[in-house]
Amino acid sequence: MAEDTPAVELRGITKRFPGVVANDDIGLLVMPAEIHAVVGENGAGKSTLMKILYGMQRPDDGAILVEGKPVHFRSPKDAIDAGIGMVHQHFMLADNLTVLENVVLGSEPTRTGRRIDFKQAEQRIRELSGAYGTPLDPYRLVEDLSVGENQRLEIIKVLYRGARILILDEPTAVLVPQEVEDLFARLRELKGRGVTIIFISHKLDEVLEIADTITVIRGGRTVDTVKPSAVTASQLAELMVGSELPRPETRESTVTAEVALQIEGLTVERDGRPVLNDVSFEIHRGEVVGIAGVEGNGQTELVQAVIGLFPPSAGTIRMAGRDIASWHTRERREAGIGYIPEDRTELGLLLAAPLWENAALGHQTAAPFASGPWIDRGGAKRRTSQIVEDFRVMTPGVDVNAYALSGGNQQKFIVGREMSAEPRVLIASQPTRGIDVGAQAAVWEDIRQARSEGLGVLLVSADLEELIGLSDTLYVILRGRLVARLDPATVTPQELGEYMTGARSGQGPAA
Amino acid sequence: MNRSLRLVLGFLAPVAALVFALLISSLALILIDKPPLDAFQSMWSYGIQTNSLVSMVNRAGPLYLAGLAVGIGFKMNLFNIGVEGQYRLAALIAASVAAAVSLPAPLHILLIILVAMAVGGTWAGIAGVLKVTRGVHEVISTIMLNFIATGLGAYLLATFLREPPRPNDLIISTPDIPASGRFPSLNPVLGWFGIETPGDLFGFIIVSLFVGFLFYVIVSRTRFGFDLRASGLNPQAARASGVNPNRMIVTTMFLSGAIAGLIGLTDLLGFFNAYTLDFPTGLGFTGIAVALLGRNHPVGILLGALLIAFIERSAQILDLEGIPKEIITIIQGVIILSVVIAYEVVRRLIEAQEVRAAAEATKGREPEVVTT
Repeated sequence: MAEDTPAVELRGITKRFPGVVANDDIGLLVMPAEIHAVVGENGAGKSTLMKILYGMQRPDDGAILVEGKPVHFRSPKDAIDAGIGMVHQHFMLADNLTVLENVVLGSEPTRTGRRIDFKQAEQRIRELSGAYGTPLDPYRLVEDLSVGENQRLEIIKVLYRGARILILDEPTAVLVPQEVEDLFARLRELKGRGVTIIFISHKLDEVLEIADTITVIRGGRTVDTVKPSAVTASQLAELMVGSELPRPETRESTVTAEVALQIEGLTVERDGRPVLNDVSFEIHRGEVVGIAGVEGNGQTELVQAVIGLFPPSAGTIRMAGRDIASWHTRERREAGIGYIPEDRTELGLLLAAPLWENAALGHQTAAPFASGPWIDRGGAKRRTSQIVEDFRVMTPGVDVNAYALSGGNQQKFIVGREMSAEPRVLIASQPTRGIDVGAQAAVWEDIRQARSEGLGVLLVSADLEELIGLSDTLYVILRGRLVARLDPATVTPQELGEYMTGARSGQGPAA
Repeated sequence: MNRSLRLVLGFLAPVAALVFALLISSLALILIDKPPLDAFQSMWSYGIQTNSLVSMVNRAGPLYLAGLAVGIGFKMNLFNIGVEGQYRLAALIAASVAAAVSLPAPLHILLIILVAMAVGGTWAGIAGVLKVTRGVHEVISTIMLNFIATGLGAYLLATFLREPPRPNDLIISTPDIPASGRFPSLNPVLGWFGIETPGDLFGFIIVSLFVGFLFYVIVSRTRFGFDLRASGLNPQAARASGVNPNRMIVTTMFLSGAIAGLIGLTDLLGFFNAYTLDFPTGLGFTGIAVALLGRNHPVGILLGALLIAFIERSAQILDLEGIPKEIITIIQGVIILSVVIAYEVVRRLIEAQEVRAAAEATKGREPEVVTT
């Protein structure tokens, strides 16, 4: 293969896709043995493009060339055969199988046609994982692996299948800063061995650090291809969003002395194991309390315990002087707890129901959605129109089903629904996950607005900038405990990352 | 997508399925050397005779109730397969209670209705309680409860609830219900229109229609109905919205069983006047098909019930034509399968169209990025 034959070339890729931003005449040129970053906002079309390259979707138009040869992928298997491997953002591993079994799953080496040749597979895995950083024990169960090890396993799995071109979809989204450094070192190693890496991300500092070439996608089109040495982060951000990057920023404090929600000694056990351990904090009116932490350290349990979806085994949750820890979710909602769930389609919406019914969800016992035992359709629709208008939800009407809206608009709608019920306490779990910058800015502004009007907010987020920018008080959660209380005005993302991984021990959860 | 196009598509789906089912049945008929057109012709001309129509409506009434009973469960993804056992047990107990008391007519009938609903609801409620307390899937428990109901019913009918046998009378049955507990027929109403029939048009049909109306009001207009539908559409989101899933499951199973309890009353109060060994069976299972045909909507279920009843009635003629009437089992089976597929196709078409329309309608309205 000649040095100047691109490893991957995409020409004029077009994918029309109802409702979401499609790929519109996208071009991409990836040279062999380079780390090529594809950046763009959420919803810019990166994932669609990669799904096309990996054979999961077929383009309506355009050509794909791998190592100079035109290809037509009908399924990921075709792509794998052509030497392309993909590591998805969400790991696709079987928890109850071992490392070895996961690697061979789907491409088992066989001896005499029938039996799986584990010996040979093990040999290969030891070679691969040895050449690629610390070896993974082939006989460990995947459920015992850390997030970083899971990712390494995914990469080994792909290499095992002979991939020369590696697509990594937001590989750092689930990693803490230290693990990111580790990943980058490994990627450089792979590059040195001639592997071509396509790196999907929207984290600009990481992209600038690791990439040899950066292609920026916006609104389904290729905006530009640049060298990292030739651009600054803010120039890149501008290419990405088309204007300046909005940043959350703190304004003057609106924190009052009045306690809106008081949590004391809250402990949640799952399968007899504490997943939330003796957590205590207060949220005052007009205060945003942020919870930072690597995902899976008890955030979900904290949120579920506060909204009443999972019973705590100990502790109190006090609101207006009453302990609500044993209350049912409905009673808590009626008492004025709003809830923006972390997964909008799973927990926050009835996708196949009209918007006006979705507006009532969680508030179906109160005016204007209900009157007595009846649903007040007129009242519900009027309120829905109000939400759509006030929270800038892009929808043709209030009678369309929720699935017709884009993710960002669904999220704005949920935020609007919870805000317009005028809660006293809002639980905002990943309130801007997976939505575009414009919608994100709008959600942030809405939260700030409500805070200044006296709302107490519990903000759980994986987005450190969001946490630092919105919170008045910031706690770090690690293995179910609050391990540090930080001042968002002075803390840096790096510092926070150290607390989150336990690399630095905190001064304890000062009350 | 506008409403009318939606309606047209929603209507076309079952019609297309029906046509497809007729084609398949024609094929089956051709295979046994019977001309399909003749068979359909005679089915149609027999089916639209006044007698047949009355008998069809008499059959459609209980089928409608069966469809509603299954449908309300379907609304929240509960599969009440036990409608069969629920209605048979309910009819037996209600018949016995009815025969044991004497009350003024309206009260007597009201009591019978309440007893039947309570028995059906309780029987189905057992499955609901098992589900929330022990995690037993309702499909398994309701099927098992069907067997238990059949056995229990046969035992009770043969022992405690049996009318003391008279000499030369070998019929096993509960005692007759006194006249005050019988539901008047609708023949006088037919008479107003100048229609005379030898058989009765059962009055309980009216109750069926009223239950259908209640079904609509409860499911579509009440808070309870909202919680019910939310639980069916997305149980997790419903729970996060404050719905108590356990209570919903038990309540809905009870309601489903209570409606099921009414199924047998059409025949009991209009014709049999006692629960006998030859009391109609199978209505509960057919109700599942009716609910599927009607997409769990009270109007759709009504049409489904009428269709199934028409096919069953009109097929009676086939024996006289030398055609095995089992052919209608094929028709019904194919209709149900193709209707389910057609509905899914239409649902996807509508969904895709709606997504496109929403994207179209909001195009160019995206606001400029708000910088803060």
